[in-house]
Amino acid sequence: MIAAGALGMTERKVAFALSFALAVLGLVMAAAAGQGVMAVHGAMAMLLGIFLIFRTGGALYDDGPADERFERYYDAPTRFGIAMTLVWAIVAMAVGVWVAALLYWPEGTPAVPWTSFGRLRPVHTTGIIFGFGGNALIATSFHVLQRTARARLAEHVSPWFVLIGYNLFCLWAVSGYVLGSTQSKEYAEAEWYADLWLVIVWVVYFVLYMRTLARRHEPHIYVANWYYLAFILVVAMLHIVNNIALPVGWGVAESFPVWAGVQDAMVQWWYGHNAVAFFLTAGFLAMLYYFLPVRSGRPIWSYRLSIVSFWGIVFFYVWVGSHHLHYTALPYWAQTLGMTFSVMLLVPSWAAAGNAIATLNGAWHKVRDDATLRFMFVAAVFYGLSTFEGSFLAIRPVNSLSHYTDWTVGHVHSGTLGWVAMIVFGAIYTVVPQLSGRDAMVSLRAIEWHFWLAVGGTLVYTVSMWNAGIVQGLMWRAYDENGALSYSFIESVQAMAPYYLARTVGGGMFLMGAVICAWNCRATMRAARGEAPDRPIVAQPAE
Amino acid sequence: MLKLHYNLEKLSMGLVVAIIVAASIGGIVEIAPLFTIDETVEIPDDLRPHTPLELAGREIYMREGCYACHSQMVRSLADELDRYGPYSLASESAYDHPMLWGSKRTGPDLARLGEKYSDAWHVQHLIDPRSVVPASIMPAYPWLMRRLDTGLLRDSMATLARLGVPYGDDAVAAAQADALAQARPDSDGVDGVFERYGEDVAVRAFDGDPAVLTEMDAVVAYLQSLGRLTDAPYGILAGEDGE
Repeated sequence: MIAAGALGMTERKVAFALSFALAVLGLVMAAAAGQGVMAVHGAMAMLLGIFLIFRTGGALYDDGPADERFERYYDAPTRFGIAMTLVWAIVAMAVGVWVAALLYWPEGTPAVPWTSFGRLRPVHTTGIIFGFGGNALIATSFHVLQRTARARLAEHVSPWFVLIGYNLFCLWAVSGYVLGSTQSKEYAEAEWYADLWLVIVWVVYFVLYMRTLARRHEPHIYVANWYYLAFILVVAMLHIVNNIALPVGWGVAESFPVWAGVQDAMVQWWYGHNAVAFFLTAGFLAMLYYFLPVRSGRPIWSYRLSIVSFWGIVFFYVWVGSHHLHYTALPYWAQTLGMTFSVMLLVPSWAAAGNAIATLNGAWHKVRDDATLRFMFVAAVFYGLSTFEGSFLAIRPVNSLSHYTDWTVGHVHSGTLGWVAMIVFGAIYTVVPQLSGRDAMVSLRAIEWHFWLAVGGTLVYTVSMWNAGIVQGLMWRAYDENGALSYSFIESVQAMAPYYLARTVGGGMFLMGAVICAWNCRATMRAARGEAPDRPIVAQPAE
Repeated sequence: MLKLHYNLEKLSMGLVVAIIVAASIGGIVEIAPLFTIDETVEIPDDLRPHTPLELAGREIYMREGCYACHSQMVRSLADELDRYGPYSLASESAYDHPMLWGSKRTGPDLARLGEKYSDAWHVQHLIDPRSVVPASIMPAYPWLMRRLDTGLLRDSMATLARLGVPYGDDAVAAAQADALAQARPDSDGVDGVFERYGEDVAVRAFDGDPAVLTEMDAVVAYLQSLGRLTDAPYGILAGEDGE
């Protein structure tokens, strides 16, 4: 799939040199570490580099590519990104189902370190957020950017650098956790060198994005790109500030964050909640704003509403992280600010969700008939529901009940399963046939099956976790008539068993749907009838 | 405003700058004041940093992902005070890089765990949780009985010292010896541990065997230190502090 065919002669040399550089980097890392996780990661980078040396070196002296490639969009990186999206989806969702099962069946794991719940849980979260979500965002951003700019990607090497480099980051992160290496900051557990590597990848991504945008043939930048830009820029900001750390040595994975105590808690949840905002919301709203109108054949309902919601989301979200720290040692005023902005955030969030749903006016018959469009509709509905729930849970007295319970887990999954994953699947089912030069996916029935498994799974999961969380919260604070606590902690654990079983079933249904999707996409890509039929605007040479 | 945006969306760099500005304000307002942490968080006189052995245990606590199911932050709510003890103070985690406040209680909060159970209970509970708490859903950690690798301790403490944790040069130099001595109550090095970390530090054969320093020693030493690095929170609850 990593074809050198479209690369120009100079680009092939650059790609070859970069592959060589990666192999050397891996060798240096492995040599500096000598042993431990960093040495393993160095070896992984070196092997990947050597593989790429063969891939790029083999094509170094082939015939140059035809110039007519510039009359098309460059979709090979998107295809690779979608394949990686689906690989990560299956791996990370399977790990999620497995760790969910362990909460019901704690003896179900062999007594070896790497299968332990605590090590696998970040594999699930990183694999889903960064592996599944991140690949989907990068892959679709290349697609959407080119179409809305009516221009081909600025060049051919950096899209591969971004995708391969990004996946190396994900692989370093999750393999580190199972080997026992973690920074322990939630959703930012990867070690210092992986964090540095991601910064390099991200800068290349940003430069590629801006260079391609500069070639656009439309004077206006389409709304989807505002969100992709917000995603790229703010995630960079969050990632850098949250991960500033001092390594224990240049040859070891261990490091200590410069932040400590209450300061670290504030930075962590400023990062943590804005990972939700700018990774799991802004990027996917970009997908929604492009694929929903394309699939439904209707223009976005209100341009003004999209402006209001965009700037509302960019401005308000950054304030809300402190709602994760109600009643803790964080200064009270910071908690109050977080709560206030969380409630205000409902306005731009519902403006975006309402704008999406109103866009479907006049296309409801398509929502009924087309499972792909239905994925996007359900995504918009869950986006509205989760943002309402989020604002609600951020209110201090509500949070006193819900915090630390499975209600939070239910809330996160109503967002990630119901909103993020649904919009990704809707986008994938739109893009994959197009990139295969086909009218539709190979199996429409499989999309229906996937849709109902996904919706059913999401509902079973979230409803059981809502119940679990509320029961937990009420049991913890219940007093008997003598003024003593009614329940010991372990009684609240025992009460969770049926809910934990139900959530495992819900997660399993969702995973089955993802497997069906992966099979369908593979079959469709293999039955490709050519490339995407749409073309960029190309300046004609002067007579 | 809409007109401003209408013009902005024709300029890619303009959008970039506007996004950075809009997204920076909230973070700056909430985070920047915390940089005056020295003035806003009063460090109690009796607050001590973790001993090398506890620090090693803390690293294992993070490695095994314990923080995913256990918080270390008692909120200022009546039922939490009754269940766990005094609410957590900001100063208690002032030396924690990173903090381990946690976000989920699949198991109970651990901020006040220290000296609540015996060492033997912890060892048994970590090796086979259901042998002491039949309904527990905690994973078992039998591999903690392996030998503790103290090779990185000195560099770790030196790094923390550079970040402002009050480890003196002698404490850094004695990191490995102190770790060993804390789990060997009869050894000569014990005096050094008391001298550097105070007389209240628990010096015991945590896993029951003073001959071999295991990961279990480190983890149990860490768990027994939770909530016991300062007496400040207990004083506030008893009204001694006048707050």
